[in-house]
Amino acid sequence: MVFLPHNSTGQRAVAAFARIRILPNIYDLIAFVLLGGAIALVVHGTADMSGSLAILKTQTISLKISHLPEYALRTTLRMFAGILVSLIFTFVVATFAAKNSRAGQIIVPAMDILQSVPVLGFLTFTVTFFLGLFPGQQIGAEFASIFAIFTSQVWNMAFSFYQSLTSIPTDLDEACRSFKLSAWQRFWRLEAPFAAPGLIWNTMMSMSGGWFFVVASEAITVGNTDIRLPGIGSYLALAIDQKNFSAIGAAVLAMVIIIVLYNQLLFRPILAWADKFKLEQSASKEQVQSWVYDIIRHTRLMKRLSVPFVWIGQQLMMVRFSSAEHQVNAADSNHHNKIADYAWFLCVLGGIGWGCWVTFDYLQQALSWGDVWIAFTSGLMTLLRVVVLIVLASLIWVPVGIWIGLRPALAQRIQPIAQFLAAFPANVLFPFVVIAIVVTGANPNIWLSPLIILGTQWYILFNVIAGAASFPTDLKEAVAIYQIRSWTWWRRVMLPGIFPYYITGALTATGGSWNASIVAEVASWGNTQLEAYGLGAYIANATTAGDVRRVVLGIVVMAFFVTFFNRILWRPLYVFAERRIRFN
Amino acid sequence: MDNSVIVKNPPLVSVQDVCQTYDNGASGQIVVLDKVNMELQRGEIVGLLGRSGSGKSTLLRAIAGLLQPSQGTITFEGKLISGTSSEVAVVFQSFALFPWLTVLENVEIGLEARGIKPAERRQKALSAIDLIGLDGYESAYPKELSGGMRQRVGLARALVVHPKLLLMDEPFSALDVLTSETLRNDLLDLWSEGRMPIEAILMVTHNIEDAVLMCDHILIFGSNPGHIIGEIHVDLPQPRNRLDPAFREILEEIYSLMTAKAGSTNTIHSQPFLGNGIAIVLPKVSINELAGLIETVAAEPYNGKADLPPLAASLRLGVDDLFPVGETLQLLRFVEMEEGDIRLTALGQRFVESELDDRKRLFSQQLSTYVPLAAHIRCILDERPGHKASAQRFRDELQDHMSEEAANDTIKAVTSMARYAEYFAYDEESDLFTLDNPS
Repeated sequence: MVFLPHNSTGQRAVAAFARIRILPNIYDLIAFVLLGGAIALVVHGTADMSGSLAILKTQTISLKISHLPEYALRTTLRMFAGILVSLIFTFVVATFAAKNSRAGQIIVPAMDILQSVPVLGFLTFTVTFFLGLFPGQQIGAEFASIFAIFTSQVWNMAFSFYQSLTSIPTDLDEACRSFKLSAWQRFWRLEAPFAAPGLIWNTMMSMSGGWFFVVASEAITVGNTDIRLPGIGSYLALAIDQKNFSAIGAAVLAMVIIIVLYNQLLFRPILAWADKFKLEQSASKEQVQSWVYDIIRHTRLMKRLSVPFVWIGQQLMMVRFSSAEHQVNAADSNHHNKIADYAWFLCVLGGIGWGCWVTFDYLQQALSWGDVWIAFTSGLMTLLRVVVLIVLASLIWVPVGIWIGLRPALAQRIQPIAQFLAAFPANVLFPFVVIAIVVTGANPNIWLSPLIILGTQWYILFNVIAGAASFPTDLKEAVAIYQIRSWTWWRRVMLPGIFPYYITGALTATGGSWNASIVAEVASWGNTQLEAYGLGAYIANATTAGDVRRVVLGIVVMAFFVTFFNRILWRPLYVFAERRIRFN
Repeated sequence: MDNSVIVKNPPLVSVQDVCQTYDNGASGQIVVLDKVNMELQRGEIVGLLGRSGSGKSTLLRAIAGLLQPSQGTITFEGKLISGTSSEVAVVFQSFALFPWLTVLENVEIGLEARGIKPAERRQKALSAIDLIGLDGYESAYPKELSGGMRQRVGLARALVVHPKLLLMDEPFSALDVLTSETLRNDLLDLWSEGRMPIEAILMVTHNIEDAVLMCDHILIFGSNPGHIIGEIHVDLPQPRNRLDPAFREILEEIYSLMTAKAGSTNTIHSQPFLGNGIAIVLPKVSINELAGLIETVAAEPYNGKADLPPLAASLRLGVDDLFPVGETLQLLRFVEMEEGDIRLTALGQRFVESELDDRKRLFSQQLSTYVPLAAHIRCILDERPGHKASAQRFRDELQDHMSEEAANDTIKAVTSMARYAEYFAYDEESDLFTLDNPS
């Protein structure tokens, strides 16, 4: 010990750390109740998952309100299972893509295409696959549902994590290398914390997005397989079948309660805790408040009880899975072998070509070019719907969002509502529109269309609010001084000011709308079924008929449309907005 | 050389013929460090002094094992350096603290990497925190601290792993004058009292006074490519006094070294920038800085001729800021710099006395004569029927001779000067050079 002569204060501090206070306080009590409750719910909810499918057939869904809490619990657990799988996928695959440049060359574009594949189109294959994996068991259907939720949640999380990993600040990277942190330590000390804020935000967005699909994936009809997993989605589907308004209302209420609960009990505490991971060198003014987090911070006994876990964590942190000795400088490792690069490129190209051929071969056994043409024109129809509705929604919500965003007090109250509306599964509200169309005898081709944007328009609203709310004060003052008004104000000041935020919102809304078209273009109320001509209806009908080839064709065409428009429209706009208009 | 001397007093670090080059696509290599030789003895503080782009930080990173030099060898205690070592710790200009870890956890991170048990870790970290004067801040997060306190955390984090060599990369340049003064004095006290567990310090700086205040040896780096142009031995006792005539003399000496042109007595026709013809690397300098320096030198008390050390001190400019401005002016023949002095030329004097329009005309005339790249762009614009040319084309052209970053900076510098002189215009939206100035 070289510091010995002067470290008397150091020893005092060690003594202070060692002084133990283990008496529980009131916060411990509350925290225990919360924790105990959570564990009991998880155990209870998962216990029934492993029954056989036969039981599921006899125990039909009941519309009694008393069953609703149970169903709500089951649905919520599915959501969290999806999130958990998504997190694991993110940590493994996104990390791999970021660390290995060759893997990244495949994984990143693959994820880009996969995120444009309509999730609900997947159900056909996944249900067949998972039921085949666990014949006659309920767990197979559970997995199919969780997988559908997972595919709706995972992509933006993985992208966020990948982007964080590839933009680690140089100085922190050098600090880690100079102190010789192992890859394992580096991941938990640098990479994961650095990526945390973005990942947490995207996890919350994914959780919101997942509701839409959980409702659609619990009551599954593929060909002659008809499965109704106990949950809010099945409850709702039954309520729609039986035209039971009060049951629909109860389901909606249950959903609202769940969303509020997990936001308060889980996400807000995490957000409050994650505030320290933000890479800003000065203390920010606004901190996320969470009463749950405050309780946890004030507990006394809980902290003592968590000591063993902290100890395990510390031990794990010292594990050296790989030695840091072989670290080379980044510039050197970029020197790839040219020939190996070309060989790799050829392999990838070959793989893609083979995949295309297999798909083509599979489809052409039963389908003709005429079918492709039908799918493509349906796609154009759905595209027209999406474009028209995004434009309409923008015309309405951009001015409203700016108006709200410029009034901070109002924005603070409206913003959570807009985010909640984006989380709310709009498919719940479809029956009302169907009734209205049936009663008025309106044209479903036109009037079913608003359904595809019902749930996604809120992304535009809350992003525009966020943009207007963060409009710099000095610019607002300049606007006032020079009395910039009316058209000049819109064209020169406000629209450019919110543009990057609007693009983010509109991009998300468009992606969601394509997905929604599968449930929106075919909607039913009791025995009444309405259908609009479009790609969504094409896929939905093929799914119900169990026509796997047409489902594949529909998915391929839809993925093509989405990817194509992301590339030629949204990506350039996004780059432009980031480069030219972002303040700072 | 006498072998017995080497055995008796082996250097802690020995750098031999180190070159650092980067591949620049098909067009060849960019040299950052060119055949650098140096030695670092135990018990010494050595400073690497030079402007940005002189490769001094690159050398520090090579010694830290953060990068592998393209050529040459670096040995630490006689052994070749490969990768980072636990005997060497680094203090960063930007502090490089983990914002999500507390002060205590930040200090512990190096110990954790070595698998030291938590209790021992804590005790060592607390001692280091105590030593460096951070008592009471153990549980604070970096963002709650001022810059000076953050750099103390960086220092404690480096010292706690008991390195033999402490590397400091511009440790004070992100701090204000008063803060860096305090921190420097504290550091020197700890060093002279032998309370830090280190054997030598190597520090990179662009502040000449900092270097003279702290170091036993100063290696002065020239740019383009980075190489050592001189070594100065500072024999003054600590604590050193800025007003001491001997101190001032050393400052003068360093400034003369930095303004001297290698192997040339005729300063007018040599130029400090890398490359020749159109491919001169120009630093990013604003027009206001250029005009500001000319006017300052022209005004009282300098009246057209200024001694660089007091000028730098009064303007609070480091080597990084002052030299690029001065050298750009020298390239345009508005000033001459030699032997630590800066002197206005007759043209510079005319510039000061002119009105804005005449200034622009003068500037435009010098630009076309002495900045070949500007003349080249103008020539192409004149030839083209539409008087338009893509800026990317010139960037690509420059990249045959320099790095992408240097090419971008050079184009930016030329654009900024040409815009002021109304020599040609640039439209960012379309990335085009044009001749039509909006009027």
